[in-house]
Amino acid sequence: MKNDTASAPKQLVTNEVSKSSKLWKEIRKNKILYLFISPFYILFLAFGVFPILYSIFLSFQSWNGLGDIKFVGLAQFQYMLTEPVFWTALGNTFAIWFISSVPMLLFAMIIAVMLNVPLLRFRGVYRTLFFVTNVTSIVAVAIIFQSIFNNEYGLLNYFISLFGVDPVAWINNSTLVKFVLGSMVVWRFTGYNAIIYLAGLQSVPQAMYEAAKIDGASPIQTFFKITIPIMKPVILFTIIMTTIGSMQLFTEPQILLGDDGGIGSSGLTLSLYMYNEAFLQSQFGYAAAVSWALFILIGGFSLINWKFVNRL
Amino acid sequence: MSSLQSKILLHTGLLIGVFLSVFPFYWLAVMSTSSSSEILAFPPNLFFGDQLIINVQNVFASINFFQATGNTIFVAVITTVGTLFFCSLAGFTFAKFQFPGKTFLFVSLLATMMIPSQLSFVPQFLIMASIGWVNTFQALIVPGLAGAFGIFWIKQYCEESVPDELMDAGRLDGCGQFRLYYHVALPILRPAMAFLGIFTFVGIWNDYLWPLVVLNDSSKFTLQVMLAQLNGIYNTDYGMVMAGTLLATIPLIALFAIFSRQFISGIADGAIKG
Repeated sequence: MKNDTASAPKQLVTNEVSKSSKLWKEIRKNKILYLFISPFYILFLAFGVFPILYSIFLSFQSWNGLGDIKFVGLAQFQYMLTEPVFWTALGNTFAIWFISSVPMLLFAMIIAVMLNVPLLRFRGVYRTLFFVTNVTSIVAVAIIFQSIFNNEYGLLNYFISLFGVDPVAWINNSTLVKFVLGSMVVWRFTGYNAIIYLAGLQSVPQAMYEAAKIDGASPIQTFFKITIPIMKPVILFTIIMTTIGSMQLFTEPQILLGDDGGIGSSGLTLSLYMYNEAFLQSQFGYAAAVSWALFILIGGFSLINWKFVNRL
Repeated sequence: MSSLQSKILLHTGLLIGVFLSVFPFYWLAVMSTSSSSEILAFPPNLFFGDQLIINVQNVFASINFFQATGNTIFVAVITTVGTLFFCSLAGFTFAKFQFPGKTFLFVSLLATMMIPSQLSFVPQFLIMASIGWVNTFQALIVPGLAGAFGIFWIKQYCEESVPDELMDAGRLDGCGQFRLYYHVALPILRPAMAFLGIFTFVGIWNDYLWPLVVLNDSSKFTLQVMLAQLNGIYNTDYGMVMAGTLLATIPLIALFAIFSRQFISGIADGAIKG
């Protein structure tokens, strides 16, 4: 149809049509460029957009994967909100996030400030050794930590016994187990965040520090009045990434505690809960509803973080 | 405080951090060289034992370690090569050409990075099931062949380092768009590609949840799924489980040791510029 208008006599073609035929010509001229960028969009439509639409559809259905799909409206969401295990998982996810993110980002900042000291020797070696934790697989980390925190024979229990403390059942204690899970996150990501903070620190113009020095500012004042404000976007980035990562915590509790999240579901996270409902209970509709709750939580949390950091 | 004192304090602080970060690896190595009874002994054996070979033999006897490693390498290499090709081509296109809809397409690409994978997880599995891809390597490879992050990363790098003059020179020589990509941009993009390649490879190597869901035949298992199985079934034989964990970790640490500079500065650049 567009080709027809393009071939029409020039004086009859309105401005609007000639504009759109020009656009069409431009698109055709560049068709190879669209081909170059198309793989991403094809994959994204097939494995991104379509699944998301499908997941909206699923969350309103009751389906066990084999029998009939039955429309149940909001029933999955209603059930979710009255299901105590959902709230346990939500609370656990939140608790582990809080336990891990605050110390992790604090340690990361301290390490970054230490690594940023001018003329520090072995900076590259330190950087590599701090970062290596992040490259390791979570499965391996979880297996190692499982043995360190073993209820009876763990290394940590041996260590505290040297100070006369009785062995602690780390993994069976509903409070301590959250710290065990949090410690894996802290171990894995402190170095990663420190490297990001270090890169941020190194991008602060040296002249600003010199000016502050001339004005007689103390190192503490300089840190809070110059470094932190300049670092705000970087800090925001790490907080949001940490939040998104923590909300999706799955492998650590699954390896450490098994599919059910341990005694009394004390280490059950939302992701693990979703996995159980979908792949062990075959409640695909309900699992889709849980994934939407997770999505809303991540989105809402990122927004709160963003507002909070911007006010600093 | 004298400068020597503050130096000592600084390095002490850093060394404590390094100790905490490296110790679990040391402990893994110690456990891999110990028998299960030594691991469970109280006090435990804090130094290397002499059981490494036996533990490793036990790993090979109870799981098909080489097959799992082969599967992992196969999936990781193909995904990495595909990602490098598709992302660099798309990133180059976004960085160096003008075409209708470019801004819209690029912004929607960035927006996809905000969507958490959990949201599409269940339906993605159902799609795989309906097209018969459950328990196949395609299910692991195809969805990961081109990612928004990789395209974004290459575009940023390309804008800064591929000069327009060079593009014009290429055009004068009669290069079409693909030859501009292949002969002009690609050689310059090498450092960015190195980072993206390692990043992708490590990510695929360590991926656990998706392979766990999609694969159900142990001959198809990747290393991480195999490792979790080993831990679940044989966790009474700690020495063996630890030897398996060590074996699955060493290749990554070696890769990281070789490329750590590119990898770390890549991560840092991405966070600061992105």
